[in-house]
Amino acid sequence: MTDISVIAVLDDPVRRRLYDYVCAQGRGVSRTEAAQAAGVGRTLAAFHLDRLAEAGLVEVAFSRPAGRTGPGAGRPAKLYRRATAEHQVSVPPRDYRTAAELLADVVDVTGAEPQLQRSARARGAAAGHAARERGGLPDSGLLLGALSAQGYQPYRDGADVRLRNCPFHLLAARHPPLICGMNLALLEGLLAGTAVPGLRARLDPRPGECCVVLESSKNNSD
Amino acid sequence: MCGYHLAELNIGTARAPADSPDMAGFMAGIVPVNALADAAPGFVWRLQDGDGPGATALRPCGPDVMVNMSVWESLESLREFVYRNGPHLDFMRRRRDWFHPMATPYLVLWWVPAGHIPGLDEALARLDLLRRDGPGPRAFTFRDPYPAPVPAARAAR
Repeated sequence: MTDISVIAVLDDPVRRRLYDYVCAQGRGVSRTEAAQAAGVGRTLAAFHLDRLAEAGLVEVAFSRPAGRTGPGAGRPAKLYRRATAEHQVSVPPRDYRTAAELLADVVDVTGAEPQLQRSARARGAAAGHAARERGGLPDSGLLLGALSAQGYQPYRDGADVRLRNCPFHLLAARHPPLICGMNLALLEGLLAGTAVPGLRARLDPRPGECCVVLESSKNNSD
Repeated sequence: MCGYHLAELNIGTARAPADSPDMAGFMAGIVPVNALADAAPGFVWRLQDGDGPGATALRPCGPDVMVNMSVWESLESLREFVYRNGPHLDFMRRRRDWFHPMATPYLVLWWVPAGHIPGLDEALARLDLLRRDGPGPRAFTFRDPYPAPVPAARAAR
């Protein structure tokens, strides 16, 4: 399936809602749960989830509900979660990825990380400031909105905010210290720009997520 | 046991002498980061000079060039520690505070028979090989990895 066909599979409002819901959970989601979240019947949800799976946008695993094992435990449930593959289409053709990789190579070789981090901090601060200027939201909504707008898929984890998605995933895999350092600076700037108090950005990579946590400054240990 | 372990060497040209204030952050940070490596899954061995923290007193490549060498059970265990351990990643993020950028490869990976502890001469020869010929099965990088050799007995089967 070409990237454009894969993305076209998302061009249905119900399917899109189901996909967004599955992505936001960061774990396997059952048909019943996804159906409820999208406000549709279970049969319709199952149909759309399986179309998403055929396109490779979500992955399917089978699992029994916790605590039920052995004979008589019933059929294992079909669980859906976001697939790791990424798809990109640009019309007309554009190739920012190659340009980004070349620039990253050059920053690596010339040691321009401090300048990159400064630029990233300024860019983050501008985005955070713009979100604050738009106003109309309490602090937490303001920050989560700004993070969502940048593609981080934020979620609350106690008093901390964690980021389900790395917007720079392929580049970060090629140049981890460079891109994770840039990302940290971007998020430090974003936090400062929104002027939301009580959080600080720290590198704390977790499998499949962004390398940065926005940590409550009340519960840090150092 | 006839498996293979992964050996790693990386070098860096310090911006200032090890005992200068400019390097204080690095010299202080290397001790807890090394302790994290020692406790990381898959860690086998790392070079120590018995003098400074880690191997910081060894200078086989010149007075300003610090070396770091270690052995791990697998490429994945090393990758996990280097790039997915928060404090280590943060330490690497700050490397330009302490080390000059290098236009030639400064990190090399190669497979060693499990139980073999590589010497510095072996490690530097692998780095030379990488610099001369690019990544290959005898000297490679995280970005262009090569699989461990297949033991002769199994290959013949």
